[in-house]
This record gives sequence, structure tokens and C-alpha cells, in this order.
Amino acid sequence: MSTLLLAGPTWYAADGTPGRGDVLLRDGVVAQIGTVDAPTGAEQVDADGLTLLPGFVDLHTHLREPGREDTETIASGSRAAAVGGFTAVLAMANTTPVTDTAEAAERILDLGRAAGLVDVVPVGAVTKGLEGAELAELGLMHRSRAGVQVFSDDGHCVADGRVMRRALEYVRAFGGVVSQHSQDPDLAGPQACCHEGEVSGRLGLPGWPPVAEASIIARDALLAEHTRSRVHVAHVSTAEGLDVVRWAKARGIAMTAEVTPHHLALGTDLLAGYDPVHKVNPPLRPAEDREALVEGLLDGTIDAVATDHAPHARHDKEQAFVDAAFGMLGLETAFAVVHDLLVADGRLGWADLSRVMSTGPARIAGLAGHGHPVAVGAPANLVLVDPTARVGVDRDASQSLSRNTPWHGQTLTGAVHTTILRGRVTARGGEPTTC
Amino acid sequence: MTRADSTAPPGHPLDPSGRTVLTASDVSRALRRIAHEVLEHNKGADDLVLLGIPSRGVELAHRLAGLVREVEGAEVPVGSLDITMHRDDLRSQPTRAPMHTTIPPGGIDDRVVVLVDDVLYSGRTIRAALDALSDLGRPRAVRLAVLVDRGHRELPIRADHVGKNLPTSHSEKVQVRLAGFDGIDDVVRIAGGDAR
Amino acid sequence: MNRHLLSSADLTRDDVRMLLATASEMHEVQRRDVKKLPTLRGRTVINLFFEDSTRTRSSFEIAGKWMSADTINITGKGSSASKGESLRDTVRTIDAMSVDAIVIRHMASGAAHQVSQWVDASVINAGDGTHEHPTQALLDAYTIEQRLGNLDGARVAIVGDLTHSRVFRSNAITLRTLGAHVTLVAPPTLMPSGIGPWATTDGLTLTDDLDAVLASGPDAVMMLRVQRERMSGGYFPTAREYTVGFGLTRERLRALSDANLEAVICHPGPMNRGLEISADAADAAQSLVLEQVSAGVAVRMSVLYHLLAGEGVAA
Repeated sequence: MSTLLLAGPTWYAADGTPGRGDVLLRDGVVAQIGTVDAPTGAEQVDADGLTLLPGFVDLHTHLREPGREDTETIASGSRAAAVGGFTAVLAMANTTPVTDTAEAAERILDLGRAAGLVDVVPVGAVTKGLEGAELAELGLMHRSRAGVQVFSDDGHCVADGRVMRRALEYVRAFGGVVSQHSQDPDLAGPQACCHEGEVSGRLGLPGWPPVAEASIIARDALLAEHTRSRVHVAHVSTAEGLDVVRWAKARGIAMTAEVTPHHLALGTDLLAGYDPVHKVNPPLRPAEDREALVEGLLDGTIDAVATDHAPHARHDKEQAFVDAAFGMLGLETAFAVVHDLLVADGRLGWADLSRVMSTGPARIAGLAGHGHPVAVGAPANLVLVDPTARVGVDRDASQSLSRNTPWHGQTLTGAVHTTILRGRVTARGGEPTTC
Repeated sequence: MTRADSTAPPGHPLDPSGRTVLTASDVSRALRRIAHEVLEHNKGADDLVLLGIPSRGVELAHRLAGLVREVEGAEVPVGSLDITMHRDDLRSQPTRAPMHTTIPPGGIDDRVVVLVDDVLYSGRTIRAALDALSDLGRPRAVRLAVLVDRGHRELPIRADHVGKNLPTSHSEKVQVRLAGFDGIDDVVRIAGGDAR
Repeated sequence: MNRHLLSSADLTRDDVRMLLATASEMHEVQRRDVKKLPTLRGRTVINLFFEDSTRTRSSFEIAGKWMSADTINITGKGSSASKGESLRDTVRTIDAMSVDAIVIRHMASGAAHQVSQWVDASVINAGDGTHEHPTQALLDAYTIEQRLGNLDGARVAIVGDLTHSRVFRSNAITLRTLGAHVTLVAPPTLMPSGIGPWATTDGLTLTDDLDAVLASGPDAVMMLRVQRERMSGGYFPTAREYTVGFGLTRERLRALSDANLEAVICHPGPMNRGLEISADAADAAQSLVLEQVSAGVAVRMSVLYHLLAGEGVAA
């Protein structure tokens, strides 16, 4: 039975009250807090000056296996996740073949367990083959060993209102949730590749107007109300969309929302370089939207930060902007970006950081073992971070098999020091451990 | 003229520390003599075409045409031949827009073309001019008339008619100003080099 | 001047003036028997065209050849839909042959800009998607000035499918650089996104009333091509409705002449006679359409010269 002593970190209770002392982990749980003498045979981590947080939970990643193992595998994605401070990640269903059966979901669960660095939780498709027409075997996926709770056609919007309604009704039976990629495909042409606005007008790039996102969120909020079911807004990116989420919550609708680090930090001004590393769906937005999203994160309208980690092969990105693949890496930089942008200057407190990067997402995904504040008896899914470390992002040093990070060459304040999954170290000093 | 100083726009200040080597009346006399020489060599004005090399060569060509009209009573066609696109040193400096090339209506085929320039130095401008000329037609003969020959030829080029031979050192600058182009009295000065 | 010409915004007023002055001299070369200048001898220019365009490509090819450059045409394969090489690999393969310039036309906006990041050669944008077409704007300005004199203070109207027009984007910039006042005329569905703040920032006037603009007697009217496919995209109901609202009909041609006898008409071509421009207008004395084509070679000779002949080229 492994024993791990974290010597002298700081942590924060849910109400923000700071604590400081030693934390002893034994048999996968927090055994002791306070002044602790290291037991014999215990591994020790000098955590003086570091902050101890619940391990991060990512509601939204693309691990590409099966189908595009050239860009990422569950193993390499797990390494990236561990290095990024995550103890659980949800793997989206848009693999090849699509995760729309119990067998496919179990396969992903097993591959994640074999890698053993992070809890890989499969997301089930809402519709067969992500085609948006017929419901996938939602119940069987839920009953499988994978215990799927979250369903999503991400990559695609479930645009057909009837299908969305049936899906919401169906998952209510077992407390599942539909995570919707909110984007009306009819409100933009097939080549839409960025935010529709002044920048796209000048650059001659076809775009999505904000109403394409907000109108789906509005419809889904009302459907969730009508079906008394849960709906989750994936990667909300617009002020308009956020306003609808706020309205829905005020009305008591069971709607939750996530935002990505890149939508908080990056904007349309980056498009002028036509660099496909900035091409993402939903697209980067202007400053007004970013400010609204930050507001929404701070005031609780947004429940979670999710990375939408989307690895791509170089040849899929090194195309003309309109032709290039959508998506950016995110697992390894998520904490640093959020910390650098919002925690370092005090806008987001540590307790709130844990709310959006751990507790909130764990609750939405129904992951009982994750997102617990530091307390005796809590599962030891934790991450030690160094708030003062300044780290240069080097895409060639990434754990991911892909290189499409928009942060390459930038220096961010805040680094993950050690990641711990059920009391076992999974990453240390930017490197994953082997199990 | 191949050096930047002699293509300076009108009004570019003369170096006050220089010395005058040709006054306005010297220039006038030199041009008159050149006109006589051209006519003498050509045995008259028949088939002559004067092509000035921009910028100041063009004014000199027009003046020579005027002098020929005075002396011989004949109208000699005048034009301009810009050599910017034919230079051999294009890669070593920023590009600039070429100036006008105007070939008189009769063309240059089987004519005696007299190239006119203000200063003859390395000879590269004239080489470029010969190159430019070759795509415009086939003159019977090409002659060169210059106001000043300052020596230091880098190519086997020689002027047929010279206003003044001016031995110079490389560090010196020859500055030519013409009434029409520069708006001041004609003058040729030498500046720079050893203090004098 | 920059070593690339990717956008009309790359050119200062002095740059444009220099390019147009040179084009004027190059135009004269076009009229000679021996249409040749030795200036770009030994340089290699690749015309890399992913999108079909006989007019622009042959214009660049002739321009390069008259400057004595070695000019080679390469047809780029379609979009990444016809997979295989990435765009980056495609252009780097060409660049590896130590070419001096790549003239690129591509269906995707921004392609020229992206390519310039990947190669050592100078890159000239011959039209990228719906983004820009800088040499077109230069030849349009040249042609208008040949007829009307200096564009400083002139009033120019650009009419048509602005959303999808690279000719508009480049012209709006170059005309403003030269001091012209630009009015944009289009139905709301064909105005580019964000045009409100854009017009305010750049000093452009917006309207959907073509008749009012013509009645004010502009100096030049630039008609843009409208693609019939826009009708199925829901941009406007029928060709007839477009022509009635925004076409340069015979009646409008008369109204323009009445308001300003000297006004000129431009069209980048190819024209949809009867849709955005009537036959009468296309063939009118004020139409500069053929002069625009003639100017194209001279302008491109000028661009090749200024980009390739001077210093800092051998990078």
C-alpha cells in the first residue's frame, strides 16, 4: 500500500479558507493533515511554496483512439493529461469508429486503465455515427462497464430539435446529461472557419455569427426545461450564448456550461496571420466576448473549464486556413493559461479555480471520486501546483503526439508540479511516471 | 553619370566647399563646340538623332539640337533614353522607377544616334545605354557626347565629343547644374576629396 | 518596398506611385517591336495557380518573360480535399528549387500570406480566395489615372458582390491610399460582415442606392462580377431582381453620363453581360475594360521589377 507525504503545501477549503501543513496520503485517500512525521518507507514531496488542489477534471477531450492514432492515443493523451494536472478526463465520441455502442465505450475505458495515468471516462455519442438522425444505444452505454453518463455528438451539433428532445428525455432515466456542441449548421456556409465579424470581413474568411451558437443554446434550454432533463453547453464562446445560459439558470433550468482556456485568452486579432493553429470550432471571438466569458466564469454562470484538447497531424493543419482541421491542444497548458490569466492577478481565487477545474466538472460528469477538496478521508486525486513558476511552452516537448498548440513560444506563470491519482504520483516535474 | 550625386533632384544643394570648374559661359561655349564637332564629323545634320540620358542629358540634348538649328538651320530629332532597366548594378541598391524613354517618331534604324550625357565616369551608364538601344532598333552608328569626362573608365568606352576633360579622384564628386533642369545658372563643380 | 506583395495594405502611397510610374514606362515597352528588357535575366518566377485563370496567369507570364525572367507555370492541385501533400509541403518543394518568386493564386483567403511564412522566395498574391488581389487594384488605379489624371480627391463607386470580392478589398485600400473617396454599393446580403465599423475606420461610404450614387456624378464606377451561384446561397432572389437594383443598365449608363460626362466604367472581368453590366455599358466609350487588360501586363512587369531587381532579394 503506497504512502505519500506532501510536506508543507497550502490548500484552500471550498469557502476559500486557506490551510497549510503536511498532507499524508495512504491507500488512495487523504489519511492525515497537519504536522506529520514521515512514516518509514513513505515517499516524500517537498511542497513548500506549492498549492495543493483537487486533481483537475476535463469534461472535454479528444483522444483520437481508435482511428487517428497518428495524432494521439489514449496512452499519449493520458500522459499529456497527467502532466497537465488532470486526474480524470472525458474522451469525446468522435473517434473512428464512433463511440456509439457499449463495446466501443468499454474499449476506451480499458485502454485508459491500461495506461493507468488518468481516469479516462468515455463519452457516448448521442446519435448513431454522429449523423444526428437516430439515437445511439444510450442505455446500453450507460449500463456497460464504462457507465457512460455524458453523451455528446461533439464535433457536430444535434441540430434536429426532435432528436435532441428525445435524447434529453431518454437520458433523464438514469441522470445522464447531453453535452451539446451548440452551433446551428444552417446559419453558416459549409466553409465557415472563424467568427463572423469585422476581422473575418476584412480577411475574406467565411464565419459563424454568434447567433448560430446562442440560438441553439436557447432552444436546448427550453427543451431541457420541457423534458426536465439536464443539458450541458460545450465550449460556450459568445456573450450572447452566455446570456442565454444565465437566463436559463435563473429560470431554474438544469443547464450547465463549460468554457475553454483558449476562448478565455485568445481572440480574433490572431486571425490576421491566417495561422491554422488558431482555427478552432467554435471559433476564437472578439474581446467583448472574451470579457463576457471571464465574467461568466467569475460569477458562476460557467460551471467548468474544459480544454477541448484536439490533436491534429501537421499535414492536417499545414493547409490553407479554410481547409485546415479545427482544434488546438489544451491538456498540458490549461492550468498555466487559466492561472496566468485569472489567478495570478487575483480575479479568480483558488477555491473558485478548484470549483471550475475540479469540483464543478466532477459533479457534472457524475465522478464521485474526483473534485474533492483537501480533507481527511477524501480520495487522493490531487495536484500540486507552483503559482510562481514561469514556464516557456515548447510544442516539441509536448507529451501529446501532436504539436498544434497556440501557446508555443509563450511564457506562462503557473505550473503543475506533481499530479497524484488515488495516492500514486502520475506526473512529476513535467514528465509522466511510468506505471 | 553613374554616381548618385549627379542624379540628385533639382534644388539639391551644391557643396559649398567645392570649386567651380565650368561657369555658365564655359558650359555654353563647350556645347557650341560640341555641336560644331558633331556636324563636322557627320558632314551635316542628315540622319542625326540626339538621345539624352535622363536626367540632365536630356536637357543637354535639347540644347544641342537648338545649337544645330542655329548653326546649320536643320531640325534634328531629339529624344531620351532611360537606362534604369539595363543597369548592371541593380541588385546592389533599392529599385527606383525608370524615367522616360522617348524615341522620336522617325525611330533610330539606320540613323546616326548621338547619346548625350552630362558626366562620363565608369562608362557603365553608356554600356547600359548601348544595351537599351539594341532593342529599339539598329542605328547606322552610335556616338557619344558628354559635357564632362572625369576619367576612371571601368569599361572600354570612349566619348567622341567632350566638353571638358576633368581629371578627378574617386573621393571627389562632380556636380552639374543646368538652368532648365535645376533652375539655376549652368555650373560644373568638383567637391570633396582632399581639402583644397 | 517589402519583398512580398500579399496585400494592397503592404504598399505605401510612395510605393504605389513608384509602381504606377514604372508601369507607365513598361506600358511603352509593350508598344515596341522588341518587347524585352534584360532586367530580370537569371531570375526564376513560378506562377503557381491553384485556381483557374487564363487572364491573370498569362498576364503574369508575359510580364515575366518580357522582363527576361524564366517564367514557369505550375497548376496547383485542388484543396486538401484531394489530399496528399499539405499546402506547406507543396510550396516548400517548389521553393527548394531556389526560385526567386512565387506568384500564387489560390481559392483560399490568406493562402498567399501563409505561403510567405513557409518559403524563402518572394511571394506575389495573384488572388487569394475572397481576400485580396493587389495587382488588380494597381492596374485599376493605373487605368483610371491614365484616363482621368490623379486619383487624389476623385470619387469612386464600387458596386456589387462585396462579400465575395477580393477586387473590392484590394481596391478599397489602394484607392484610399491614393486619396480617392470610395463609396460601396451593394444589397445588404452582399455587404461584408462587420462592414459598419470597417467603413467607419477606413472612411468608406456605404449605400444600397445605386441610382443616388450615379446621380451624384462619380468619377469612376467599378462594377464587380456577380456569380449566379449566389442566388442559390440565398443572397438575392433572382438575377432579374439584382439587375434592376444593382445592374449598370442602359438607363443607368445614361444617368451617369448626364451627371458626369467624363465618368469612367471599370470591370475586372469576366463580365456577365446583362447581369451586373449591360452590353451598352460594357462597350461604351467610357468603359475602360480593355485598357484594364492591357495595363495588367505593364503593372505586373512593374511589380516583378520592384520586388525582384533590387537589394535584399537573395535571401
